[in-house]
Amino acid sequence: MAAALRWGAAGGRRGLRALQRCEALCSRWCLVTSHRFYSSVYDPNEKTFEKLLIANRGEIACRVIKTCKKMGIKTVAIHSDVDSNAVHVKMADEAVCVGPAPTSKSYLNMDAIMEVIKKTRAQAVHPGYGFLSENKEFAKRLASEGVTFIGPDTHAIQAMGDKIESKLLAKNAKVNTIPGFDGVVKDADEAVRIAREIGYPVMIKASAGGGGKGMRIAWDDEETREGFRFSSQEAASSFGDDRLLIEKFIDNPRHIEIQVLADKHGNALWLNERECSIQRRNQKVVEEAPSTFLDPETRRAMGEQAVALAKAVKYSSAGTVEFLVDSSKNFYFLEMNTRLQVEHPVTECITGLDLVQEMIRVAKGYPLRHKQADIPINGWAVECRVYAEDPYKSFGLPSIGKLSQYQEPLHVPSVRVDSGIQQGSDISIYYDPMISKLITYGSNRAEALKRMEEALDNYVIRGVAHNISLLREVIVHPRFVQGDISTKFLPEVYPDGFKGHKLTDLERRELLATAASLYVAEQLRSQQFLGTPRIPIAKSKKSSWELSVRLGDGIYPVAVSKDGTSFSVEVDGMKLNVTSEWNLASPLLSVTIDGTQRTIQRLSRNASGDTSIQFLGTVYKLQILTKVAAELSKYMPEKAAEDTSSILRSPMPGAVVAVSVKPGDTVSEGQEICVIEAMKMQNSMIAAKTGKVKAVHCKAGDTVGEGDLLVELE
Amino acid sequence: RAGRQSLSTRTSQGQRFRNKCFLALRGSSGPPSSGLTARERILLLLDPDSFDEYDMFVEHRCSDFGMDSSKNKYPGDSVVTGRGRINGRLAYVFSQCRIILFTCNILLKFLSGAHAQKICKVMDQAALVGAPVIGLNDSGGARIQEGVESLAGYADIFLRNVLCSGVVPQISLIMGPCAGGAVYSPALTDFTFMVKDTSYLFITGPDVVKSVTNEDVTQEQLGGAKTHTAVSGVAHRAFENDIDALLNLREFFNYLPLSNRDPAPVRECHDPSDRLVPELDTVVPTESTKAYDMLDIIHSIADEREFFEIMPAYARNIVVGFARMNGRTVGIVGNQPKVASGCLDINSSVKGARFVRFCDAFNIPLITFVDVPGFLPGTAQEYGGIIRHGAKLLFAFAEATVPKITVITRKAYGGAYDVMSSKHLRGDANYAWPTAEVAVMGAKGAVQIIFRGKEADREAEYVEKFANPFPAAMRGFVDDIIQPSTTRLRICHDLEVLAGKTQSSPWKKHANIPL
Repeated sequence: MAAALRWGAAGGRRGLRALQRCEALCSRWCLVTSHRFYSSVYDPNEKTFEKLLIANRGEIACRVIKTCKKMGIKTVAIHSDVDSNAVHVKMADEAVCVGPAPTSKSYLNMDAIMEVIKKTRAQAVHPGYGFLSENKEFAKRLASEGVTFIGPDTHAIQAMGDKIESKLLAKNAKVNTIPGFDGVVKDADEAVRIAREIGYPVMIKASAGGGGKGMRIAWDDEETREGFRFSSQEAASSFGDDRLLIEKFIDNPRHIEIQVLADKHGNALWLNERECSIQRRNQKVVEEAPSTFLDPETRRAMGEQAVALAKAVKYSSAGTVEFLVDSSKNFYFLEMNTRLQVEHPVTECITGLDLVQEMIRVAKGYPLRHKQADIPINGWAVECRVYAEDPYKSFGLPSIGKLSQYQEPLHVPSVRVDSGIQQGSDISIYYDPMISKLITYGSNRAEALKRMEEALDNYVIRGVAHNISLLREVIVHPRFVQGDISTKFLPEVYPDGFKGHKLTDLERRELLATAASLYVAEQLRSQQFLGTPRIPIAKSKKSSWELSVRLGDGIYPVAVSKDGTSFSVEVDGMKLNVTSEWNLASPLLSVTIDGTQRTIQRLSRNASGDTSIQFLGTVYKLQILTKVAAELSKYMPEKAAEDTSSILRSPMPGAVVAVSVKPGDTVSEGQEICVIEAMKMQNSMIAAKTGKVKAVHCKAGDTVGEGDLLVELE
Repeated sequence: RAGRQSLSTRTSQGQRFRNKCFLALRGSSGPPSSGLTARERILLLLDPDSFDEYDMFVEHRCSDFGMDSSKNKYPGDSVVTGRGRINGRLAYVFSQCRIILFTCNILLKFLSGAHAQKICKVMDQAALVGAPVIGLNDSGGARIQEGVESLAGYADIFLRNVLCSGVVPQISLIMGPCAGGAVYSPALTDFTFMVKDTSYLFITGPDVVKSVTNEDVTQEQLGGAKTHTAVSGVAHRAFENDIDALLNLREFFNYLPLSNRDPAPVRECHDPSDRLVPELDTVVPTESTKAYDMLDIIHSIADEREFFEIMPAYARNIVVGFARMNGRTVGIVGNQPKVASGCLDINSSVKGARFVRFCDAFNIPLITFVDVPGFLPGTAQEYGGIIRHGAKLLFAFAEATVPKITVITRKAYGGAYDVMSSKHLRGDANYAWPTAEVAVMGAKGAVQIIFRGKEADREAEYVEKFANPFPAAMRGFVDDIIQPSTTRLRICHDLEVLAGKTQSSPWKKHANIPL
């Protein structure tokens, strides 16, 4: 703070002005949340906590701080040493370091956090999601210190945390659970009887089996008999255990969850559903509220069951009941999350409630102000989780780095961005690689999706790989647009993995025309010298350019001619008219191609003609040369490519968990060489060929970057 | 062409002219060892239709060893010279080439007296007019058949290189194997660029090396692009192939003024000069031992994140190169904490000094980013002469009269603080970030000396006193402590004001930099 004061004093007027501008920059956080999305009003006369500690980091910590600011509650942030410059630290009134980077030593370090609570005299703790949010031990310790935990009581956390207990509780509360039978089945007839009871289709598998082994799906009696024979044989021979599991098979399930909100006075509300079916590796990617799939009756039935479950465990605070919904709208309880969910903003958008504010009120002991009839569905909200990851590698492998440029698309109407990072922030290997949650809102789904498209195009993220391309493809995919989705959406739509946007002929022409026009604009600009040089500059009167553009495997001749302020571009024998302001410094470029407006981003260019352009969400690499240079390039000697089969490089940044070879070892093709852990995932690195290990460049515990050399073979 | 038409009225002369033209074009379009012919190179380097050729009809004058046979004479000899425009701005060019000698069927790529004379002519012209000289070098050395005439030719070129030095920028692009005398002209020019895998520079080739020192070495190891850009520091940058190199040369040319009579060029700029750079507020790590990338700072401050780095692979503990601030070319020098903590050693001092002197000679303002823990200690450095080499950088900064702006981002310790364009060396604007530590040395070492190791706990006291920018600011050695995010804005405003700077040094024939 001393330094900040000094800037003002020492920098004089200019320094002060800059300081004010910086403050304006910081206050955008508050701008987003205030009023635009919440109808929940804050009653300044309602007494609340004086000081609240947020036991979390990143966007959720920032999200909680925003509401606290609105409610006039002082905030305490905790952080690890690498996070000392993080946004949540800057936003909070106080911030205390609780340990080094690894979460077990900082954000999960209960002793240190309890210490901070004591020191700062925080009266309440909001745990956010993840970390200690569903840790009953933490809740207990807080209670013993007389500090309020913003969440449900310990017993609710415990009951819902246990898979078996929660299912039993749900059954007792008359919540639909997945019907099934687990035990010894005498014969095929009994199997059919059980299957009929459960209702087709059913899944039959050996109770002791695992990994999908001996699993059969039966749609009728005949298949059940067959499945019984198959599975019981398998069970007896493989496992020596003939117990069978017959369970309702949920065909093409959707993941739909109900947000509930309950107080300590026995009131509970359901705040409608969230559709979270678009997932990869069981992690949600795109969420929306409401769901296209539910009719009012199903919604009410699900909501009422969710509330019944909440009441059964005497739940207070916000919570989420997750259901699997099959194609005939039968729904089955999956689990209950006793915390604020990542995707809560979509519910806030359509209901107007500020869930964090309600959680704090409930924790303070106030009864809910709303009745079930007050809970609306206003419009439609969609959320995309923007991750620092490479979607081309199994729908997303983590990427790390410094956000060299970062600009949120807040100029697009009805956009909310929940983030905890800013330009210059580091995405490190220690924490979740989520950059932000991008939420758009509209009076209907089409409007919300249209805005999402625009918001994704206008989102500037440089320095790390990101999944904007995947998100944008999902939200414009015909199946998604029709609402025909399930948890298997990604593997079904992209069976060979995500490959980026596939350009139509028209789009390809648009891209080529835009890239060529940009190239010419750049060429023209490079002759624009200001002042009056001693030797006059001979400005060429050239008004047409013949270019050769390489895109993927194709080389396309493109002719550009300048036509006043716009360019007329000929590609594939078609003429396109390209206009723009051609601001070559702006990360976003609005281009109109034959009347179609597109927002593109030029990520890089160099003198060699290489350009990468983000177009329709996907980054395309192009090489633009004049026709003459392109013709001469056939005389360039071919460069020998590096033989990659004998070297192993890290495909992503992470930490080396184990190295299974040492120099001199002989490895066979496919043998594990080492294991790299990156953001909760362990990846086994295997040998690409058989050979002798020449050198090992890593050891367990090392931190490696993407492309780092790990092991060399001879 | 008009000239061609007037000649064609005299039929026999016209016929002869056409024949000569044909021979000249065929000769200089002879098969290159790799890549492009001399004329194709010029075609790519210069703006379309801007090349005016000189001396297309010059022929060599050698008569020994059958060289006087008309078959062994080519109009134009083994070099194409002339002038042209790069993005509309004047440049003089020579492009060396190979001609096939019919009598012995060998490649004639060696320098003759006539060849040298042609090069000298464009260099003289360039110096007269005040425009840069670009050499596209592809020459094997002196033409043995010509003997001393060829050697004299080299000396003529060397002399002009020296006379032009500091008058007009001189750039050499090595596009083929260059040996013997051919390597010294590039060494005398301001910048030497190379083409990877196809260009070499050496005094003598691997065969001679083998016979003299019995060393086994390949051309690539001895004088390839990698050797000269990373190990010897002879070349300033290398490019993938001929086309890549020529396109990059065009881009590079745009940063340079035409001569020492011209101010640094100002190109149209779309990047706002008052753009705040918020990421700089967090770029310096909280632990003062942790590294960060100085290039991050340079990229985020420069116009459109563009930075043309010079010698990126050599002495990487110092970063030098060209960028633009509000359109105006600036030279940037920065310590690189990522490599050897950004310390100054022999190689980095020499690299920095040569760059600073180029900028000073050609009116290019200097911006220096300082994060330097000091000079590298040790016998290797002392025996190598770190004292006199370090003095070069000190000399260069002190001597420079162009606008000098310095930003201390973190450490500015000891003598290295003085060297890195400090206020005391006529710095025009010296700023410190709040993370700056201007002190004689790091806290640990200082406390050991002051208290002789007895009171190690007084480190905190030292940190409080000296490991911050305030002592320097209180004495006026830094002009201001600035918020890092405002750095671009401050530099742009300063450059605007300093464009009118004039400063002179006492009369002298020339200074005596400790070479």
